[in-house]
Amino acid sequence: MATRSSDPSRSIREQFPMFREERTPPLAYLDSAASSQKPDMVIEALRRHYSYHNANIHRGVYQLAEEATASYEDARLRVTRFINAASPREVVFTRNSTEAINLVAYSWGRSVLKAGDAILLTEMEHHSNLVPWQILAAERGVELRFIPVTPEGRLDLEALPRLLADGKVKLVGVVHISNVLGTINPIEEIARQAHTAGSVVLVDASQSVPHRRMEVLRLGADFMAFTGHKMLGPTGIGVLWARRTLLEQMPPFLGGGEMIREVSLRSSKWNELPWKFEAGTMAIAEAVGLGAAVDYLQGLGMDAVFSHDQELVEYAMERLTEVPGLKILGPPAKERGGVVAFTMEGIHPHDIATVLDRQGVAIRAGHHCAMPLHEKLGIPASARASFYCYTVREEIDQLIAGLHKTRSLFKQ
Amino acid sequence: MSEWDELYREAILDHYRNPRQHGTLEHPDISYEDANPLCGDRIRMDIQVRDGKIEDVRFSGVGCAISQAATSMLCEHIKGMSLEDAKKIGREDVLEMVGIPLGPVRLKCALLGLKTLKAGVYGIHQWPGEEDGGET
Repeated sequence: MATRSSDPSRSIREQFPMFREERTPPLAYLDSAASSQKPDMVIEALRRHYSYHNANIHRGVYQLAEEATASYEDARLRVTRFINAASPREVVFTRNSTEAINLVAYSWGRSVLKAGDAILLTEMEHHSNLVPWQILAAERGVELRFIPVTPEGRLDLEALPRLLADGKVKLVGVVHISNVLGTINPIEEIARQAHTAGSVVLVDASQSVPHRRMEVLRLGADFMAFTGHKMLGPTGIGVLWARRTLLEQMPPFLGGGEMIREVSLRSSKWNELPWKFEAGTMAIAEAVGLGAAVDYLQGLGMDAVFSHDQELVEYAMERLTEVPGLKILGPPAKERGGVVAFTMEGIHPHDIATVLDRQGVAIRAGHHCAMPLHEKLGIPASARASFYCYTVREEIDQLIAGLHKTRSLFKQ
Repeated sequence: MSEWDELYREAILDHYRNPRQHGTLEHPDISYEDANPLCGDRIRMDIQVRDGKIEDVRFSGVGCAISQAATSMLCEHIKGMSLEDAKKIGREDVLEMVGIPLGPVRLKCALLGLKTLKAGVYGIHQWPGEEDGGET
Protein backbone atom coordinates (compact mmCIF):
# COMPACT_ATOMS: atom_id res chain seq x y z
CA MET A 1 0.00 0.00 0.00
CA ALA A 2 2.95 2.27 0.68
CA THR A 3 3.96 2.13 -2.96
CA ARG A 4 0.54 2.98 -4.27
CA SER A 5 1.81 5.21 -7.08
CA SER A 6 3.77 2.31 -8.52
CA ASP A 7 0.74 0.01 -8.46
CA PRO A 8 0.63 -1.18 -12.08
CA SER A 9 -3.16 -1.45 -12.02
CA ARG A 10 -3.23 2.36 -11.78
CA SER A 11 -1.56 2.87 -15.16
CA ILE A 12 -3.53 -0.06 -16.57
CA ARG A 13 -6.78 1.73 -15.69
CA GLU A 14 -5.78 4.69 -17.78
CA GLN A 15 -5.88 2.46 -20.82
CA PHE A 16 -9.57 1.66 -20.30
CA PRO A 17 -12.11 4.25 -21.49
CA MET A 18 -14.62 2.91 -18.96
CA PHE A 19 -12.34 3.97 -16.12
CA ARG A 20 -11.26 7.29 -17.63
CA GLU A 21 -14.86 8.47 -17.60
CA GLU A 22 -15.54 10.71 -14.58
CA ARG A 23 -18.44 9.43 -12.52
CA THR A 24 -20.13 10.48 -9.30
CA PRO A 25 -19.89 8.36 -7.26
CA PRO A 26 -16.80 6.81 -8.86
CA LEU A 27 -17.28 3.42 -10.49
CA ALA A 28 -16.01 0.41 -8.58
CA TYR A 29 -16.39 -2.34 -11.17
CA LEU A 30 -16.28 -5.63 -9.29
CA ASP A 31 -18.00 -7.91 -11.79
CA SER A 32 -15.19 -8.96 -14.10
CA ALA A 33 -16.05 -12.63 -13.63
CA ALA A 34 -19.26 -11.84 -15.52
CA SER A 35 -17.57 -9.72 -18.18
CA SER A 36 -14.38 -7.69 -18.25
CA GLN A 37 -13.96 -4.11 -19.37
CA LYS A 38 -12.06 -3.42 -22.61
CA PRO A 39 -8.80 -1.55 -23.12
CA ASP A 40 -8.25 0.99 -25.90
CA MET A 41 -6.12 -1.55 -27.70
CA VAL A 42 -9.05 -3.94 -28.18
CA ILE A 43 -11.56 -1.25 -29.11
CA GLU A 44 -9.02 0.20 -31.53
CA ALA A 45 -8.41 -3.22 -33.09
CA LEU A 46 -12.14 -3.53 -33.82
CA ARG A 47 -12.26 -0.01 -35.26
CA ARG A 48 -9.21 -0.59 -37.44
CA HIS A 49 -10.52 -3.90 -38.70
CA TYR A 50 -13.84 -2.40 -39.75
CA SER A 51 -12.20 0.76 -41.09
CA TYR A 52 -9.37 -0.72 -43.13
CA HIS A 53 -9.48 -4.52 -43.45
CA ASN A 54 -13.14 -5.53 -43.49
CA ALA A 55 -14.21 -8.28 -45.91
CA ASN A 56 -15.37 -11.86 -45.62
CA ILE A 57 -12.63 -14.37 -44.96
CA HIS A 58 -11.41 -17.47 -46.80
CA ARG A 59 -13.47 -16.54 -49.85
CA GLY A 60 -12.46 -13.50 -51.85
CA VAL A 61 -9.33 -13.46 -53.97
CA TYR A 62 -8.96 -9.72 -53.70
CA GLN A 63 -6.55 -7.86 -51.46
CA LEU A 64 -9.01 -6.88 -48.74
CA ALA A 65 -10.34 -10.41 -48.33
CA GLU A 66 -6.79 -11.65 -48.00
CA GLU A 67 -6.06 -9.03 -45.36
CA ALA A 68 -9.18 -9.98 -43.39
CA THR A 69 -8.31 -13.67 -43.62
CA ALA A 70 -4.75 -13.00 -42.50
CA SER A 71 -5.95 -10.97 -39.50
CA TYR A 72 -8.43 -13.64 -38.49
CA GLU A 73 -5.91 -16.46 -38.76
CA ASP A 74 -3.29 -14.34 -37.06
CA ALA A 75 -5.66 -13.98 -34.09
CA ARG A 76 -5.94 -17.76 -33.96
CA LEU A 77 -2.14 -18.01 -33.86
CA ARG A 78 -1.98 -15.53 -30.99
CA VAL A 79 -4.55 -17.52 -29.04
CA THR A 80 -2.66 -20.73 -29.80
CA ARG A 81 0.53 -19.28 -28.34
CA PHE A 82 -1.34 -17.72 -25.42
CA ILE A 83 -2.58 -21.10 -24.18
CA ASN A 84 0.60 -22.88 -25.30
CA ALA A 85 -1.27 -25.23 -27.61
CA ALA A 86 0.61 -27.40 -30.09
CA SER A 87 -1.07 -26.16 -33.25
CA PRO A 88 -3.63 -23.60 -34.44
CA ARG A 89 -5.53 -26.52 -35.96
CA GLU A 90 -6.57 -27.37 -32.42
CA VAL A 91 -8.01 -23.91 -31.79
CA VAL A 92 -11.62 -23.59 -32.95
CA PHE A 93 -13.36 -20.24 -32.72
CA THR A 94 -16.87 -20.35 -31.26
CA ARG A 95 -19.29 -17.75 -29.94
CA ASN A 96 -18.36 -18.30 -26.28
CA SER A 97 -17.60 -21.05 -23.74
CA THR A 98 -21.20 -22.22 -23.82
CA GLU A 99 -21.07 -22.81 -27.56
CA ALA A 100 -17.69 -24.54 -27.23
CA ILE A 101 -19.13 -27.00 -24.69
CA ASN A 102 -22.26 -27.51 -26.76
CA LEU A 103 -20.04 -28.25 -29.75
CA VAL A 104 -18.40 -31.07 -27.81
CA ALA A 105 -21.73 -32.36 -26.51
CA TYR A 106 -23.34 -32.39 -29.95
CA SER A 107 -20.42 -33.54 -32.04
CA TRP A 108 -18.26 -35.73 -29.81
CA GLY A 109 -21.06 -36.73 -27.43
CA ARG A 110 -23.55 -37.81 -30.07
CA SER A 111 -21.02 -39.79 -32.05
CA VAL A 112 -19.33 -41.54 -29.13
CA LEU A 113 -21.73 -41.99 -26.21
CA LYS A 114 -24.14 -44.91 -25.96
CA ALA A 115 -26.86 -45.84 -23.50
CA GLY A 116 -25.30 -47.01 -20.27
CA ASP A 117 -22.29 -44.69 -20.53
CA ALA A 118 -21.81 -42.01 -17.91
CA ILE A 119 -20.66 -38.40 -17.80
CA LEU A 120 -19.00 -37.18 -14.63
CA LEU A 121 -19.43 -33.49 -13.76
CA THR A 122 -19.06 -31.58 -10.49
CA GLU A 123 -21.54 -29.89 -8.21
CA MET A 124 -19.84 -26.55 -8.78
CA GLU A 125 -20.35 -26.35 -12.54
CA HIS A 126 -21.72 -23.29 -14.26
CA HIS A 127 -25.01 -24.02 -16.07
CA SER A 128 -23.06 -23.97 -19.34
CA ASN A 129 -21.27 -27.16 -18.31
CA LEU A 130 -24.41 -28.81 -16.96
CA VAL A 131 -27.29 -28.18 -19.31
CA PRO A 132 -25.68 -29.42 -22.57
CA TRP A 133 -24.90 -32.71 -20.81
CA GLN A 134 -28.40 -32.95 -19.34
CA ILE A 135 -29.84 -32.63 -22.84
CA LEU A 136 -27.47 -35.27 -24.17
CA ALA A 137 -28.06 -37.58 -21.20
CA ALA A 138 -31.83 -37.47 -21.68
CA GLU A 139 -31.47 -38.11 -25.39
CA ARG A 140 -29.00 -40.99 -25.18
CA GLY A 141 -29.81 -42.67 -21.90
CA VAL A 142 -26.48 -41.56 -20.47
CA GLU A 143 -26.06 -41.34 -16.72
CA LEU A 144 -24.90 -38.10 -15.07
CA ARG A 145 -22.65 -38.33 -12.04
CA PHE A 146 -21.23 -35.57 -9.88
CA ILE A 147 -18.10 -35.02 -7.87
CA PRO A 148 -19.44 -33.57 -4.59
CA VAL A 149 -18.45 -30.20 -3.19
CA THR A 150 -17.30 -30.10 0.44
CA PRO A 151 -18.67 -27.50 2.88
CA GLU A 152 -15.34 -25.66 2.50
CA GLY A 153 -16.03 -25.29 -1.21
CA ARG A 154 -13.54 -27.80 -2.57
CA LEU A 155 -14.12 -30.81 -4.77
CA ASP A 156 -14.28 -34.01 -2.76
CA LEU A 157 -11.58 -35.90 -4.63
CA GLU A 158 -11.83 -38.85 -2.28
CA ALA A 159 -15.04 -39.69 -4.10
CA LEU A 160 -13.34 -39.70 -7.49
CA PRO A 161 -11.95 -43.28 -7.62
CA ARG A 162 -15.35 -44.67 -6.67
CA LEU A 163 -17.13 -42.55 -9.31
CA LEU A 164 -14.74 -43.77 -12.00
CA ALA A 165 -14.43 -47.38 -10.82
CA ASP A 166 -16.94 -49.12 -13.10
CA GLY A 167 -15.35 -47.71 -16.27
CA LYS A 168 -18.65 -46.31 -17.54
CA VAL A 169 -17.53 -42.68 -17.38
CA LYS A 170 -16.54 -41.52 -20.86
CA LEU A 171 -16.21 -37.81 -20.17
CA VAL A 172 -15.26 -35.83 -17.09
CA GLY A 173 -16.37 -32.20 -17.29
CA VAL A 174 -14.91 -29.89 -14.68
CA VAL A 175 -14.56 -26.17 -14.12
CA HIS A 176 -10.97 -24.97 -13.66
CA ILE A 177 -11.77 -22.01 -11.40
CA SER A 178 -15.25 -21.80 -9.91
CA ASN A 179 -17.10 -18.60 -10.83
CA VAL A 180 -18.78 -18.59 -7.41
CA LEU A 181 -16.33 -20.07 -4.90
CA GLY A 182 -13.15 -19.04 -6.68
CA THR A 183 -11.80 -22.53 -5.98
CA ILE A 184 -8.93 -23.55 -8.24
CA ASN A 185 -9.53 -27.20 -9.00
CA PRO A 186 -6.64 -29.69 -9.35
CA ILE A 187 -7.26 -30.51 -13.00
CA GLU A 188 -3.99 -32.40 -13.47
CA GLU A 189 -4.89 -34.89 -10.75
CA ILE A 190 -8.49 -35.29 -11.94
CA ALA A 191 -7.30 -35.76 -15.54
CA ARG A 192 -4.74 -38.36 -14.52
CA GLN A 193 -7.38 -40.47 -12.80
CA ALA A 194 -9.93 -39.90 -15.57
CA HIS A 195 -7.52 -40.98 -18.29
CA THR A 196 -6.56 -44.09 -16.37
CA ALA A 197 -10.25 -44.93 -16.20
CA GLY A 198 -10.61 -44.48 -19.96
CA SER A 199 -12.38 -41.12 -19.93
CA VAL A 200 -11.64 -37.89 -21.76
CA VAL A 201 -11.58 -34.60 -19.85
CA LEU A 202 -13.30 -31.33 -20.67
CA VAL A 203 -12.21 -28.24 -18.76
CA ASP A 204 -14.34 -25.12 -18.50
CA ALA A 205 -11.55 -22.56 -18.36
CA SER A 206 -13.77 -19.47 -18.57
CA GLN A 207 -12.38 -18.09 -15.31
CA SER A 208 -8.83 -19.39 -15.64
CA VAL A 209 -7.53 -18.57 -19.13
CA PRO A 210 -8.24 -14.84 -18.52
CA HIS A 211 -6.43 -14.87 -15.19
CA ARG A 212 -3.41 -17.16 -15.25
CA ARG A 213 -0.77 -18.59 -17.51
CA MET A 214 -2.27 -21.50 -19.38
CA GLU A 215 -0.25 -24.45 -20.57
CA VAL A 216 -3.04 -26.50 -21.96
CA LEU A 217 -0.94 -29.56 -22.73
CA ARG A 218 0.29 -29.79 -19.15
CA LEU A 219 -3.22 -29.32 -17.78
CA GLY A 220 -4.11 -32.79 -19.00
CA ALA A 221 -7.36 -31.74 -20.66
CA ASP A 222 -8.67 -33.15 -23.92
CA PHE A 223 -11.14 -30.32 -24.45
CA MET A 224 -10.95 -26.81 -23.05
CA ALA A 225 -13.50 -24.01 -23.43
CA PHE A 226 -13.09 -20.30 -22.75
CA THR A 227 -14.58 -17.00 -23.82
CA GLY A 228 -13.17 -13.72 -25.12
CA HIS A 229 -15.30 -11.19 -23.28
CA LYS A 230 -14.03 -12.26 -19.86
CA MET A 231 -10.42 -11.64 -20.97
CA LEU A 232 -10.62 -8.03 -22.19
CA GLY A 233 -11.88 -9.13 -25.61
CA PRO A 234 -15.18 -8.52 -27.39
CA THR A 235 -18.37 -10.49 -26.81
CA GLY A 236 -19.37 -13.06 -29.42
CA ILE A 237 -16.00 -14.81 -29.68
CA GLY A 238 -14.90 -17.83 -27.71
CA VAL A 239 -12.60 -20.79 -28.14
CA LEU A 240 -12.71 -24.54 -28.07
CA TRP A 241 -9.30 -26.11 -27.80
CA ALA A 242 -9.20 -29.88 -28.30
CA ARG A 243 -6.67 -32.58 -29.07
CA ARG A 244 -6.27 -32.94 -32.80
CA THR A 245 -7.00 -36.67 -32.85
CA LEU A 246 -10.37 -36.01 -31.21
CA LEU A 247 -11.26 -33.14 -33.52
CA GLU A 248 -10.38 -35.27 -36.53
CA GLN A 249 -12.72 -38.05 -35.45
CA MET A 250 -15.57 -35.73 -34.61
CA PRO A 251 -18.33 -34.95 -37.12
CA PRO A 252 -19.11 -31.28 -37.78
CA PHE A 253 -21.27 -29.38 -35.31
CA LEU A 254 -22.99 -26.90 -37.63
CA GLY A 255 -23.27 -27.37 -41.37
CA GLY A 256 -22.96 -24.56 -43.88
CA GLY A 257 -20.42 -22.48 -45.71
CA GLU A 258 -16.71 -22.58 -44.91
CA MET A 259 -16.81 -25.90 -43.06
CA ILE A 260 -16.87 -27.87 -46.34
CA ARG A 261 -14.33 -28.88 -48.92
CA GLU A 262 -16.72 -30.09 -51.58
CA VAL A 263 -20.49 -29.95 -51.75
CA SER A 264 -22.77 -31.84 -54.07
CA LEU A 265 -26.52 -31.77 -53.82
CA ARG A 266 -26.75 -34.87 -51.66
CA SER A 267 -23.49 -34.95 -49.74
CA SER A 268 -20.39 -33.01 -48.80
CA LYS A 269 -16.81 -33.47 -47.73
CA TRP A 270 -15.63 -31.64 -44.68
CA ASN A 271 -12.97 -29.01 -44.56
CA GLU A 272 -9.72 -29.45 -42.66
CA LEU A 273 -9.26 -28.52 -39.03
CA PRO A 274 -10.12 -26.15 -37.53
CA TRP A 275 -12.45 -24.83 -40.24
CA LYS A 276 -14.54 -28.01 -40.22
CA PHE A 277 -16.08 -26.57 -37.04
CA GLU A 278 -16.45 -22.98 -38.21
CA ALA A 279 -19.61 -22.90 -40.30
CA GLY A 280 -20.86 -19.67 -41.80
CA THR A 281 -19.27 -16.27 -41.48
CA MET A 282 -17.57 -16.16 -38.13
CA ALA A 283 -17.17 -13.22 -35.74
CA ILE A 284 -14.16 -11.95 -37.69
CA ALA A 285 -13.66 -8.54 -36.10
CA GLU A 286 -14.27 -10.03 -32.66
CA ALA A 287 -11.59 -12.66 -33.28
CA VAL A 288 -9.20 -9.87 -34.25
CA GLY A 289 -10.22 -8.05 -31.06
CA LEU A 290 -9.52 -11.17 -29.05
CA GLY A 291 -6.08 -11.33 -30.66
CA ALA A 292 -5.46 -7.77 -29.44
CA ALA A 293 -6.69 -8.69 -25.94
CA VAL A 294 -4.26 -11.59 -25.86
CA ASP A 295 -1.42 -9.25 -26.87
CA TYR A 296 -2.42 -6.84 -24.14
CA LEU A 297 -2.50 -9.56 -21.49
CA GLN A 298 0.84 -10.92 -22.61
CA GLY A 299 2.24 -7.42 -22.32
CA LEU A 300 1.15 -7.39 -18.68
CA GLY A 301 2.42 -10.92 -18.12
CA MET A 302 -0.02 -13.58 -16.97
CA ASP A 303 1.94 -14.34 -13.83
CA ALA A 304 1.59 -10.68 -12.84
CA VAL A 305 -2.13 -10.76 -13.64
CA PHE A 306 -2.59 -13.81 -11.42
CA SER A 307 -0.58 -12.49 -8.50
CA HIS A 308 -2.48 -9.18 -8.68
CA ASP A 309 -5.74 -11.16 -8.44
CA GLN A 310 -4.41 -13.06 -5.46
CA GLU A 311 -3.27 -9.93 -3.62
CA LEU A 312 -6.68 -8.38 -4.15
CA VAL A 313 -8.61 -11.44 -3.09
CA GLU A 314 -6.52 -11.69 0.05
CA TYR A 315 -7.08 -8.01 0.83
CA ALA A 316 -10.81 -8.27 0.07
CA MET A 317 -11.31 -11.32 2.26
CA GLU A 318 -9.47 -9.64 5.10
CA ARG A 319 -11.61 -6.50 4.81
CA LEU A 320 -14.88 -8.41 4.34
CA THR A 321 -14.45 -10.12 7.71
CA GLU A 322 -14.77 -6.63 9.26
CA VAL A 323 -18.41 -6.50 8.19
CA PRO A 324 -20.64 -7.97 10.92
CA GLY A 325 -22.89 -10.83 9.84
CA LEU A 326 -21.01 -11.40 6.59
CA LYS A 327 -20.13 -14.93 5.55
CA ILE A 328 -17.64 -15.72 2.79
CA LEU A 329 -18.26 -18.78 0.62
CA GLY A 330 -15.43 -21.03 -0.47
CA PRO A 331 -11.82 -21.76 0.40
CA PRO A 332 -9.06 -19.50 1.80
CA ALA A 333 -7.53 -16.80 -0.41
CA LYS A 334 -4.45 -18.85 -1.29
CA GLU A 335 -6.57 -21.50 -2.98
CA ARG A 336 -8.67 -19.26 -5.16
CA GLY A 337 -8.80 -16.94 -8.13
CA GLY A 338 -9.98 -13.32 -7.98
CA VAL A 339 -13.55 -14.09 -6.90
CA VAL A 340 -15.26 -13.68 -3.52
CA ALA A 341 -18.90 -14.59 -3.01
CA PHE A 342 -20.63 -13.89 0.29
CA THR A 343 -23.92 -13.62 2.10
CA MET A 344 -25.05 -11.17 4.79
CA GLU A 345 -27.29 -12.14 7.62
CA GLY A 346 -30.85 -10.90 7.11
CA ILE A 347 -30.11 -9.07 3.88
CA HIS A 348 -30.83 -10.61 0.51
CA PRO A 349 -27.96 -10.36 -2.02
CA HIS A 350 -30.28 -8.48 -4.35
CA ASP A 351 -30.69 -5.75 -1.77
CA ILE A 352 -26.94 -5.67 -1.16
CA ALA A 353 -26.32 -5.16 -4.87
CA THR A 354 -29.03 -2.50 -5.10
CA VAL A 355 -27.64 -0.42 -2.23
CA LEU A 356 -24.08 -0.86 -3.52
CA ASP A 357 -25.10 0.21 -6.99
CA ARG A 358 -26.32 3.50 -5.57
CA GLN A 359 -22.80 3.99 -4.27
CA GLY A 360 -21.13 3.23 -7.58
CA VAL A 361 -20.19 -0.35 -6.73
CA ALA A 362 -21.08 -2.96 -9.36
CA ILE A 363 -21.24 -6.50 -8.02
CA ARG A 364 -23.23 -9.55 -9.03
CA ALA A 365 -26.16 -10.84 -6.99
CA GLY A 366 -28.05 -14.05 -7.59
CA HIS A 367 -27.00 -17.62 -8.28
CA HIS A 368 -24.34 -16.72 -10.88
CA CYS A 369 -25.59 -19.46 -13.22
CA ALA A 370 -24.81 -22.08 -10.59
CA MET A 371 -28.16 -22.91 -9.03
CA PRO A 372 -27.25 -26.49 -8.00
CA LEU A 373 -24.18 -25.21 -6.15
CA HIS A 374 -26.27 -22.68 -4.21
CA GLU A 375 -28.75 -25.40 -3.37
CA LYS A 376 -25.90 -27.54 -2.08
CA LEU A 377 -24.65 -24.65 0.05
CA GLY A 378 -28.18 -24.17 1.35
CA ILE A 379 -28.56 -20.57 0.20
CA PRO A 380 -30.94 -19.12 -2.39
CA ALA A 381 -28.41 -16.64 -3.71
CA SER A 382 -25.15 -14.88 -2.98
CA ALA A 383 -23.39 -11.60 -3.68
CA ARG A 384 -20.12 -11.77 -5.59
CA ALA A 385 -17.22 -9.39 -6.08
CA SER A 386 -14.62 -10.29 -8.69
CA PHE A 387 -11.38 -8.66 -9.76
CA TYR A 388 -9.06 -8.25 -12.71
CA CYS A 389 -5.83 -6.60 -13.78
CA TYR A 390 -7.38 -3.11 -13.60
CA THR A 391 -8.93 -3.52 -10.15
CA VAL A 392 -7.48 -1.30 -7.40
CA ARG A 393 -7.73 -1.54 -3.63
CA GLU A 394 -9.81 1.63 -3.44
CA GLU A 395 -12.58 -0.24 -5.23
CA ILE A 396 -12.55 -2.87 -2.51
CA ASP A 397 -12.55 -0.09 0.11
CA GLN A 398 -15.57 1.39 -1.66
CA LEU A 399 -17.24 -2.04 -1.50
CA ILE A 400 -16.59 -2.36 2.23
CA ALA A 401 -17.92 1.14 2.94
CA GLY A 402 -20.97 0.27 0.84
CA LEU A 403 -21.56 -2.92 2.80
CA HIS A 404 -21.48 -1.02 6.09
CA LYS A 405 -24.00 1.40 4.61
CA THR A 406 -26.17 -1.53 3.49
CA ARG A 407 -26.10 -2.96 6.94
CA SER A 408 -27.02 0.29 8.65
CA LEU A 409 -29.91 0.77 6.24
CA PHE A 410 -31.35 -2.66 6.94
CA LYS A 411 -30.57 -2.77 10.65
CA GLN A 412 -33.62 -2.99 12.88
CA MET B 1 -32.03 9.60 4.42
CA SER B 2 -34.14 10.99 1.59
CA GLU B 3 -31.62 9.75 -0.95
CA TRP B 4 -32.28 6.24 0.31
CA ASP B 5 -36.05 6.63 0.58
CA GLU B 6 -36.25 6.34 -3.15
CA LEU B 7 -34.56 2.97 -2.92
CA TYR B 8 -36.30 1.54 0.16
CA ARG B 9 -38.77 3.82 1.87
CA GLU B 10 -39.36 3.21 5.55
CA ALA B 11 -42.64 1.34 4.99
CA ILE B 12 -40.83 -1.22 2.83
CA LEU B 13 -38.10 -1.77 5.39
CA ASP B 14 -40.77 -2.08 8.07
CA HIS B 15 -42.68 -4.75 6.14
CA TYR B 16 -39.41 -6.52 5.36
CA ARG B 17 -38.32 -6.60 8.99
CA ASN B 18 -41.77 -7.34 10.37
CA PRO B 19 -43.68 -9.13 7.65
CA ARG B 20 -47.48 -9.22 8.09
CA GLN B 21 -49.39 -12.46 7.54
CA HIS B 22 -46.14 -14.38 7.55
CA GLY B 23 -46.10 -18.16 7.94
CA THR B 24 -48.12 -21.07 6.60
CA LEU B 25 -51.68 -22.37 7.11
CA GLU B 26 -52.42 -25.87 8.31
CA HIS B 27 -55.35 -26.53 5.95
CA PRO B 28 -55.21 -24.01 3.14
CA ASP B 29 -57.83 -24.14 0.39
CA ILE B 30 -55.33 -22.65 -1.99
CA SER B 31 -51.59 -23.08 -1.72
CA TYR B 32 -49.22 -21.97 -4.41
CA GLU B 33 -45.49 -21.41 -4.68
CA ASP B 34 -43.59 -19.48 -7.29
CA ALA B 35 -40.04 -18.29 -7.76
CA ASN B 36 -38.08 -15.70 -9.63
CA PRO B 37 -35.22 -17.70 -11.15
CA LEU B 38 -33.13 -14.61 -11.73
CA CYS B 39 -32.50 -13.77 -8.10
CA GLY B 40 -33.74 -16.88 -6.29
CA ASP B 41 -36.74 -15.17 -4.67
CA ARG B 42 -39.33 -17.74 -3.65
CA ILE B 43 -42.82 -17.17 -2.27
CA ARG B 44 -45.48 -19.56 -1.08
CA MET B 45 -48.95 -18.29 -0.39
CA ASP B 46 -51.58 -20.19 1.63
CA ILE B 47 -55.18 -19.03 1.47
CA GLN B 48 -58.23 -20.08 3.42
CA VAL B 49 -61.53 -19.31 1.72
CA ARG B 50 -64.94 -19.12 3.35
CA ASP B 51 -68.12 -17.99 1.54
CA GLY B 52 -66.06 -16.66 -1.33
CA LYS B 53 -63.94 -14.57 0.98
CA ILE B 54 -60.27 -14.74 1.86
CA GLU B 55 -60.68 -15.61 5.49
CA ASP B 56 -56.98 -15.96 6.11
CA VAL B 57 -53.78 -15.70 4.11
CA ARG B 58 -50.15 -16.44 4.97
CA PHE B 59 -46.97 -16.21 2.95
CA SER B 60 -43.55 -17.67 3.41
CA GLY B 61 -40.34 -17.82 1.43
CA VAL B 62 -37.08 -16.05 0.90
CA GLY B 63 -36.23 -13.05 -1.14
CA CYS B 64 -35.12 -9.47 -1.35
CA ALA B 65 -36.72 -6.65 0.62
CA ILE B 66 -38.87 -5.60 -2.31
CA SER B 67 -40.35 -9.04 -2.98
CA GLN B 68 -40.97 -9.76 0.71
CA ALA B 69 -42.35 -6.32 1.58
CA ALA B 70 -44.61 -6.18 -1.49
CA THR B 71 -46.01 -9.61 -0.65
CA SER B 72 -46.51 -8.62 2.98
CA MET B 73 -48.41 -5.49 1.89
CA LEU B 74 -50.45 -7.51 -0.58
CA CYS B 75 -51.41 -10.14 2.00
CA GLU B 76 -52.43 -7.48 4.49
CA HIS B 77 -54.52 -5.89 1.76
CA ILE B 78 -56.37 -9.03 0.63
CA LYS B 79 -57.22 -10.49 4.01
CA GLY B 80 -60.98 -10.41 4.35
CA MET B 81 -61.45 -9.49 0.69
CA SER B 82 -63.73 -11.48 -1.61
CA LEU B 83 -61.95 -13.76 -4.09
CA GLU B 84 -63.59 -11.85 -6.92
CA ASP B 85 -62.12 -8.58 -5.66
CA ALA B 86 -58.73 -10.20 -5.12
CA LYS B 87 -58.76 -11.30 -8.75
CA LYS B 88 -59.14 -7.68 -9.79
CA ILE B 89 -55.94 -6.55 -8.12
CA GLY B 90 -53.49 -5.54 -10.81
CA ARG B 91 -49.86 -4.59 -11.00
CA GLU B 92 -50.65 -0.90 -10.60
CA ASP B 93 -52.26 -1.60 -7.22
CA VAL B 94 -49.15 -3.39 -6.00
CA LEU B 95 -46.81 -0.73 -7.37
CA GLU B 96 -48.86 1.90 -5.59
CA MET B 97 -48.48 0.01 -2.31
CA VAL B 98 -44.73 -0.28 -2.85
CA GLY B 99 -44.55 3.41 -3.70
CA ILE B 100 -41.01 3.70 -5.04
CA PRO B 101 -39.65 3.80 -8.57
CA LEU B 102 -38.57 0.34 -9.76
CA GLY B 103 -36.34 -0.71 -12.63
CA PRO B 104 -37.17 -3.80 -14.68
CA VAL B 105 -35.34 -6.23 -12.38
CA ARG B 106 -36.85 -5.00 -9.13
CA LEU B 107 -40.24 -4.78 -10.82
CA LYS B 108 -40.22 -8.56 -11.13
CA CYS B 109 -39.36 -8.78 -7.45
CA ALA B 110 -42.26 -6.50 -6.54
CA LEU B 111 -44.73 -8.48 -8.62
CA LEU B 112 -43.73 -11.98 -7.52
CA GLY B 113 -46.28 -11.98 -4.69
CA LEU B 114 -49.06 -10.88 -7.03
CA LYS B 115 -48.01 -13.50 -9.56
CA THR B 116 -48.18 -16.14 -6.85
CA LEU B 117 -51.59 -14.92 -5.69
CA LYS B 118 -53.01 -14.87 -9.22
CA ALA B 119 -51.66 -18.28 -10.08
CA GLY B 120 -53.06 -19.65 -6.85
CA VAL B 121 -56.46 -18.04 -7.22
CA TYR B 122 -56.89 -18.85 -10.91
CA GLY B 123 -54.97 -22.10 -10.70
CA ILE B 124 -52.97 -21.16 -13.75
CA HIS B 125 -49.77 -19.33 -14.55
CA GLN B 126 -50.23 -15.75 -15.53
CA TRP B 127 -47.93 -12.80 -15.47
CA PRO B 128 -49.40 -9.81 -13.67
CA GLY B 129 -50.14 -7.23 -16.32
CA GLU B 130 -50.78 -9.87 -18.95
CA GLU B 131 -54.01 -10.93 -17.37
CA ASP B 132 -55.65 -7.54 -17.97
CA GLY B 133 -58.60 -8.05 -20.23
CA GLY B 134 -58.69 -11.70 -19.36
CA GLU B 135 -60.71 -11.02 -16.27
CA THR B 136 -64.10 -10.65 -17.89
